[in-house]
Amino acid sequence: MEKRSGLLLPPPPVQSLSRMISQVFILSSKGDHLIYKDFRGEAGSDVVSIFYEKVTALTGDQPPVVMSHKDLHFVHVRQGGLYWVATTTADSSPFTIIEFLNSLSVCLSVCLSVCLCVCVSLCVLRLTALVKDYCGCLSEKSVQMNFALIYELLDEVVDYGYIQTMSSDVLKNFIQTEAVSSRPFSLFDLSNVGLFGAETQQSKVAPSSAATRPIQSSREQGGKSEIFVDVIERMTVVIGSNGVLMKADVEGEIRVKCYMPSCSEMRIGLNEEFSIGKSQLRGYGAAVRVDECSFHQAVRLDEFDSHRILRLCPSQGEQTVMQYQLSDDLPSAPPFRLFPTVERDSGGRLLMYLKLRCDLPPKSAAINVCATIPVPKGSVSLSQELSSPDQSAELKLQSRAVDWQIPRFPGGTQLSALFKLEVPGLSSASMLEVGPVALSFELPKLTVTGLQIRFLRLSPVQPGPSQRWVRYVTHSDSYTIRI
Amino acid sequence: MPYLGSEDTVRELRRALSNPNIQSDQLRYRNTILKVIRAMSQGVDVSGLFSEMVKACATVDIVQKKLVYVFLCSYATLNPELSLLVINTLRKDCQDPNPMVRSLALRNMTNLRLPSLVEYVEQPLTAGLRDRAACVRRVAVLGWAKLHNLQPSSEIDAAVVNELYSLLRDPDPVVMVNCLRALEEILKEEGGVAINKPITHHLLNRLKECDVWGQCEVLRILQRYRPQSEDELFDILSLLDASLVSPHPQVMAATLSLFLSLCPSLPAVSLAALERVRGPLLAACGSVSREMRYTALCHIQLLLRSLPGLMGAHYKRFFCGYAEPAYIKQRKMQVLVELVNDENVAMLLDELKGYCTDVNTDTAQSAISAIGRIGRSYSDRCLEILTGLLALKQEHITSAVVQTMRDLVWVCPQCSDTVCLALEGCEETLQDSQGRQALLWLLGVYGERVSSAPYTLEVFIDGVRSEASLGVKMELLTTTTRLFLCRPAETQDMLGRLLHYCIEEETDMCVHDQALLYYRLLHCGIEETRKVLQGRRSDPSLGVLIGRPAEPISQWACSFNTLQPLRQGAIETESASRGSPQHVTFDPKPNTDLSDTLNCSQVERVHSGPDSASQCTDSSADVAAPLSLSLSPALSPEEFERLWLRQQALHAEQGADKVEQEEDYVSLEEQVQSSAVPHCSPQSLQAAMQLVNIQTLAFTPPHTLPWRVYLYTHTQRAQSGNTPHSTLILGELLCTGEAKKGVCDGEVVVEDREEEQVKEGEEATADGLSGEETARKAGEAERVKVTLKQQPRDDKALKGFLSILTTVLHTLSSDTS
Repeated sequence: MEKRSGLLLPPPPVQSLSRMISQVFILSSKGDHLIYKDFRGEAGSDVVSIFYEKVTALTGDQPPVVMSHKDLHFVHVRQGGLYWVATTTADSSPFTIIEFLNSLSVCLSVCLSVCLCVCVSLCVLRLTALVKDYCGCLSEKSVQMNFALIYELLDEVVDYGYIQTMSSDVLKNFIQTEAVSSRPFSLFDLSNVGLFGAETQQSKVAPSSAATRPIQSSREQGGKSEIFVDVIERMTVVIGSNGVLMKADVEGEIRVKCYMPSCSEMRIGLNEEFSIGKSQLRGYGAAVRVDECSFHQAVRLDEFDSHRILRLCPSQGEQTVMQYQLSDDLPSAPPFRLFPTVERDSGGRLLMYLKLRCDLPPKSAAINVCATIPVPKGSVSLSQELSSPDQSAELKLQSRAVDWQIPRFPGGTQLSALFKLEVPGLSSASMLEVGPVALSFELPKLTVTGLQIRFLRLSPVQPGPSQRWVRYVTHSDSYTIRI
Repeated sequence: MPYLGSEDTVRELRRALSNPNIQSDQLRYRNTILKVIRAMSQGVDVSGLFSEMVKACATVDIVQKKLVYVFLCSYATLNPELSLLVINTLRKDCQDPNPMVRSLALRNMTNLRLPSLVEYVEQPLTAGLRDRAACVRRVAVLGWAKLHNLQPSSEIDAAVVNELYSLLRDPDPVVMVNCLRALEEILKEEGGVAINKPITHHLLNRLKECDVWGQCEVLRILQRYRPQSEDELFDILSLLDASLVSPHPQVMAATLSLFLSLCPSLPAVSLAALERVRGPLLAACGSVSREMRYTALCHIQLLLRSLPGLMGAHYKRFFCGYAEPAYIKQRKMQVLVELVNDENVAMLLDELKGYCTDVNTDTAQSAISAIGRIGRSYSDRCLEILTGLLALKQEHITSAVVQTMRDLVWVCPQCSDTVCLALEGCEETLQDSQGRQALLWLLGVYGERVSSAPYTLEVFIDGVRSEASLGVKMELLTTTTRLFLCRPAETQDMLGRLLHYCIEEETDMCVHDQALLYYRLLHCGIEETRKVLQGRRSDPSLGVLIGRPAEPISQWACSFNTLQPLRQGAIETESASRGSPQHVTFDPKPNTDLSDTLNCSQVERVHSGPDSASQCTDSSADVAAPLSLSLSPALSPEEFERLWLRQQALHAEQGADKVEQEEDYVSLEEQVQSSAVPHCSPQSLQAAMQLVNIQTLAFTPPHTLPWRVYLYTHTQRAQSGNTPHSTLILGELLCTGEAKKGVCDGEVVVEDREEEQVKEGEEATADGLSGEETARKAGEAERVKVTLKQQPRDDKALKGFLSILTTVLHTLSSDTS
């Protein structure tokens, strides 16, 4: 490259480079102040109400992630029905702040679970299952109950508006020193354990958190040392009206949750035939291929090229070990196909006859399947014929759609539904408004890329009873079928 | 409930706190304090309990300590005197053997934010900098920043600053990063921490030790560093290459920012960096967190400004998920419009069509306007979809479609036939004022082609009394007057009624005055009215969606990785519809006798550069194009050179005269003010020239001087009986880099008068090709000298060609500047 004299530039003008978080607060969806922490004393606490006024006044088309009031900027994310807000006076990096708020909420949920586990295992072993179930779900209630812990955590995580650390190692450190002394405080929380248990039982219905929640059965024999390796995939699919697969993306990650006091090294073996990129093909079996793949910086990859083994020293808590993407090239057929017939009958009603086929292997099943079918504006009522009694369908007037719920859908089967809609003034053009059908579902014990964990070895060999869990799940991020 | 009777709560808490029985019971005491904090975070004013809480501070229970400190730090500023009592406890804690306690005490000591306590804090802070435990040093370092901000006017202690600089070598990476942060704040006046070569290299070497948050901070501060040599620069860049594809979006963004600020003079390196971050950015677009998706989308839009082809192959990643919130969907559609090309247009439109019936009206309307924008390049397919949507007869959809059609017609006049057909019957569905205004505008401009236009207007005029929208009334006046000009018989009566109502009864002054204006204008005669009202119907120069020249990265580099791109939403969507014709309704059209002058001469004063260049070639344009350019027969470079030199030789023989007049050959020189043209890329220049059928043969690379381009074209003039049908024009564009450099190529250039800019057709007479030039501003910018040679001679064609060329150059420079 030719030398350029223009390289030696004068230093750029000094900008105000102060990019820190001024305040952090957590609000419930109703606007209750749950947590408020001021790091720099630059703005008063009245901004909390200003924020809530602003966020509730949004009309919907405004991008609500960043809002401004005078020279103060609110950056917020929504997690678990709560508003997690950071304010900053300068032009900070949105990537950093949003990632901070997201990891803060993850951090909290892990911290709550670890903390409670440790203390509970000391006193009420029987309750571990319930409390453990409490992990991963972060609600207004849990924040309210643990606000003291959250203040402590915020104190450790951020000083003077600068993020100090959010690594689980420090978290572990934090919990080691706090666990014993926070026991009575947890007992205080546990004094209303009935309520607590009831809460979690209810929250079990939430399907999307199923992957992040440990399995509850056979957990009695000591929950002290456990490790969970979750392979979670999210798929985005668009299927054209002619049945052609138009787009298929899979985003996946391997997540390790470690509650093991003495684990120095862990080896995770992936499929031997796992390959990255287009050109590589390994082994003789069906290739498990992803387009792009990135690893946590703590993962050592010296055995990855030869044996597809990831080595890492897991720290307490949760971490994402590997992330990968696959675009446009699914190894198997898309899990669902739809065969729709939409017509007008003589009485001016709209008839929709839908056949939905599940192309999963016969041993697997999809659960919590919900098909949302947009219907013409002005639809008044719905009559339905479904192929089995456990399904249900409902016309949602507000979202102008029919929701067809299928709790369990085994692979290789086909379901059908006939919907008759009363639409006054139905015209042929209204047919345009039917579709596209959106499906949401969960595929337990299955990855669409075919990624499997061959083995999970811990060293040194754990002395006591330890449990290792490997779980697979695929979620639908967006699964659209055009009509 | 703490919300009700907060005074009772406080009283009860105070009683509990001062109860000796509770104080002696560790557990109960702590629970009471917990209740205080709970009340505090729920917004109850518990500041009255300050003295009780100060007492509770002296305890060995670390959890209780932490809770009390949370309270004290919130209310210390209200009770400065009482806070003095805490200091002793805190100072004692600073001596504690447990580093946890030491750091806690030190942190809260500085968090009290009381200037009066500074003298007590300095000593423990100094000791804290040398503490054995890293967690204490972390706190102490930031403590100095807090202290400095408490007393911004005080002298900066040089010893502390030196100590902080030396702590940059601390083994703990967080201490190092905190030192940077503290120095940045303390030395704010001097421009922040000094970033010299040793510090930079030290920071870079230790980057791996920091966690992601620390890395971001270091990368951000390094933006101020300027490498001393190119080798050093490339060493730094290769060191940072791995962070560029980091799975953590915040690290990736910070690294890219650093790349862009390090190599502003190496555009190729910056572009390569943009290519590298494509993967991580796309991954962030598919993140679980919606907010992260949105942030990534906004930044992708920035990148696309400089590298339009960056995401072309990945357009499917921007398809909307059905459960995504509207603000993400709209951003995705904005990106999709940018990504359209010949291969994916069918898929893309199919996808967008699906969004048009979205249950969210905002999403539906943005989908429709996105289709309209794609329609500027692929009008047939898009119009088909848009007319199909009208059949739905839904209020918000019809309104959006009519507005989109109005914008589309303004840019692509060839769409007007289809649009006019589609307009029939829309008025029944339209409810909102925006949609009705758009319909009225279309009826006014294309009224002669919509058979039902007068009847539609009649309905509007009959309802004018109950009309609430000012905009609709104004538009109605203009439309009716315009329609009267082309269909007087059907419209005369209703125009009279409308004017009468507006002048006699209307209370709004704007409407009243406009009606009066039209009334008086009509008195002046039909021709006068026509001149005023029948302005331009289109502005095709806005239409180029594909092949738009790329912006330089420096345009947006400073706003990358800030909140700026996220807040720009509203502004950008507005600029997206800048083709909207509302504001030009009253543009006078300068040329009245179109058949005499070339239509290229209508470069108006109000619209600087872009004009009807492409109209000239566009046969479907409703303005007749007397001049057309063509590329065939093709001219080889050798042939071009021969012709060019032969004519130059002739020229030299005849002496230095500006215009060469001969039997079959003419040469002409012009100066065109167009500062940015020499800096635009050869591709965009070539693309722009080919759009109007001018072939570029050779050019020098951008940014070199003198900058030259050689080009040629064939002209065809249809409606001229005596002139030859076809001529060949050879041209040279030359930019010497100086504003008024006279001589080059041995030719004498006209020393133009102070101002010269765009030629106005009326003023340049056909025989005197001297090119009487007029312009608006003094030419200070660089000029491009245009030398044209034509064979055989055809003055009008040459003049027309020059006008087209000028327009293209202006369009280019307005795009790149």
